[in-house]
Amino acid sequence: MELAVVSVLGADRVGIVAGIAGVLARHNVNIVDISQTVVRDIFSMVMVVDMSKADVDIAQLRRELEEEGRRLGVMVGVYHIDVFRYMQRI
Amino acid sequence: MRFDPSEIGEVLEMLLFRELDIRAVTLSVNTLPAIRPTVGDTLAALEEALEPLLKRLRPAVERVASRLGVRIVTVRLAVSPVSIMLEPIGKAEAAVEIAKHLDGLAEKHGVDMVGGFSAFVHAGVSRGDAALMEALSEALNSTRRLAGFLNVASTATGVNMDAVRAAAEAVLKMEPHAAARFAATANMPEDVPFMPGAYHGLGLPDAVVNIAVSGPGVIEAVVRNMPNADVRTLHDAIKRAAFKITRLGELVGREVAKELGVPFGSVDLSVAPSPKVGDSVAAILEAVGLPRVGAPGTLFALALFVDAVKKGGAMATSTIGGLSGAFIPVSEDAVMAEAAREGALTFDTLKSTLAVCNTGIDMAGIPGDAPPDAVAALIADVMAAAVALDKALGVRLVPIPGAKPGDVYDLGGLYGRVVVMDLGKYGDIPLARRRGTAPPAVERLKKG
Repeated sequence: MELAVVSVLGADRVGIVAGIAGVLARHNVNIVDISQTVVRDIFSMVMVVDMSKADVDIAQLRRELEEEGRRLGVMVGVYHIDVFRYMQRI
Repeated sequence: MRFDPSEIGEVLEMLLFRELDIRAVTLSVNTLPAIRPTVGDTLAALEEALEPLLKRLRPAVERVASRLGVRIVTVRLAVSPVSIMLEPIGKAEAAVEIAKHLDGLAEKHGVDMVGGFSAFVHAGVSRGDAALMEALSEALNSTRRLAGFLNVASTATGVNMDAVRAAAEAVLKMEPHAAARFAATANMPEDVPFMPGAYHGLGLPDAVVNIAVSGPGVIEAVVRNMPNADVRTLHDAIKRAAFKITRLGELVGREVAKELGVPFGSVDLSVAPSPKVGDSVAAILEAVGLPRVGAPGTLFALALFVDAVKKGGAMATSTIGGLSGAFIPVSEDAVMAEAAREGALTFDTLKSTLAVCNTGIDMAGIPGDAPPDAVAALIADVMAAAVALDKALGVRLVPIPGAKPGDVYDLGGLYGRVVVMDLGKYGDIPLARRRGTAPPAVERLKKG
């Protein structure tokens, strides 16, 4: 598995999950784990996704997700799982 | 491998809101094979040695930053001390030409800074050293990305007062942007990724990648969340944060080295500030419990912080290098600069802090017409401490023309706002005009 973390943060509205998941599905990126909350109208979502069968690299996926984020008015970040592996595991 | 949402959240918070990034990726290259007897041949050979690596450097760094999703703020190059390359030529004009050429190469290849316009003169001055020293102020004044130092003292040899004097006089001839790229140093290690200390050491392979981490904002947030913790608990929390910051450096270093096909050198554990809000070492010290950095307790807070950073970082990387302490460059740290402007931070305070950190006196402004004696004596003080304590220290002073203590000069970018500090009332200091090299301390005898 080639895992990445997708984070989404911003004002809550209808269609954020659908919009982000749509981009992932279009590029054959599988959602492995997802956690999502809304606190005081602030939408927060963290996904762990598998890119091993994706038809784009992480840089291209980031560009498209950021573009989708702009459309939805939310901030999107895409990070390689190694960042979390290095910082949180010995 | 499963991650708890809070673990993922913690890392995201550091990257998104606490300014956690990699301060510098520094490619260190052995340029000694480019030594030639004439300057024209030297420039051609330098280009031939550096271009194949430089062409790939920036793209490699960008690929790693993009893949990981981590910001890498600056891309740098360190070359062998230019003084060595000048040995067969021995002319200051050649030194200036090499300086401009390196600057041009850096600009062409998107390299933010080049380190290594440097000489080791702690026990005496060779032909190449003399050429570099004579050219120093002109070379830095006529470039934008070049950095260098004069290593004027070492534990093994003592303090070379002739070189201290030369460093002081060179600084006073520099424009502010040039002085910000020069330091007088003692005991400079070979694998420093930070400027102006970076150079390619004699004990290194042909090329290595060294990493400088950032992340004061991360540690400040940790400290602010523990207002009632005792100092040992606080130390432990800082240690854990330092571990995580350093691990990011280790990851990026390995990845960039792999991309470039060169060995990974080291991670400098130093937590470096930047002029951005929320990226300040001084703010950490204030969060530990100081009304203002410079107040009584500053040394204790800094010692606690540095010790925690070293212990946390030591576990995070198997290749510790550089200076690995705390950096407190006055202008590059917004809170530090403000404390200096208010007069809370003086040269005496900075001199005391060098006992527990690896900076010395860094990025402090002085009046452009400062007396050379006072500047040389200030450098000599720090060098003496470096020799006595057997550690690497530097002095980086920025003369501001027409300015008086309290004035502020904006250098821009990572250099920040230089505050002109008071050098004191003594302009005539005969000691600073004495010649020769002060002997090393007894520390030297312990080494055999």
